[in-house]
Amino acid sequence: MWIYEKKMEHPVRVSCPDVGFAKLVITQYGGPDGELSASLRYLNQRYSMPTGAAKALLTDIGTEELAHVEMIAAMVYKLTEGADPEDFKAAGWGGQYAQHNHGLFWTDANGVPWAAKYIACLGDPITDLTEDMAAEQKARSTYEHLIQLTNDPLVKDTLRFLWQREVVHFQRFGEMLDIVQQHMNNPHMWNGCCMEK
Amino acid sequence: MEFIVIELNLYLDTHPCDEDALHDYNCAVKMFEKYVKEYQERCAMMFAQGCCAKTDCWDWVEAPWPWEL
Ligand SMILES: [Fe+2]
Repeated sequence: MWIYEKKMEHPVRVSCPDVGFAKLVITQYGGPDGELSASLRYLNQRYSMPTGAAKALLTDIGTEELAHVEMIAAMVYKLTEGADPEDFKAAGWGGQYAQHNHGLFWTDANGVPWAAKYIACLGDPITDLTEDMAAEQKARSTYEHLIQLTNDPLVKDTLRFLWQREVVHFQRFGEMLDIVQQHMNNPHMWNGCCMEK
Repeated sequence: MEFIVIELNLYLDTHPCDEDALHDYNCAVKMFEKYVKEYQERCAMMFAQGCCAKTDCWDWVEAPWPWEL
């Protein structure tokens, strides 16, 4: 089960509200390579992992990704704090205000709602861990694009922290892919050829 | 015991000034902490963060997962 900690993993600060950037960074909330997709992908894949270590890593990174969902939500909250309908309209995000007011919603930067098709689970640990490594790289690229799209140094600082976490997660998944591959090559495992060899 | 803590937590969210419930909550938390400590000493880690690991190995990855029990 899960327990909520009433704090952020890393501080989320903005110099001043910026509805235009909120409209873009929302993709890390409800977009294909966003934090929700990441968390659900890993927490769902752990059941078909062959070793305790792989189950642990997917549980722990899937849990950390939930903390990142919260950080992105806090960022959107602060970027839209005090904004009125006119501010949303001027930022080209009037549709968001029309449908959600100051409420959050799971969409990407183009308003496309979140969908389960963003995440995969083939039940093959090698396939799934490779998918996870690709997902971390896609999230890393997205953070790089977002860092280029804002001038706010405080926002950049938070995005850089999240960028760094993607790099670390990619590294850990790569290590786990090696460990799982070794485990599956171990002669006690059925690997599609005669076990007597 | 954890379930009692959860139930009292939700009750206190809507009745924050109920002193009896606060007292029950604090008693339940103390019992829960004691049981967690005992479990972790006898069996394996229950949390990956916020508790000390045994000195000889990281049993977080070794002990069975809840869906395997
Ligand atoms: Fe990640």
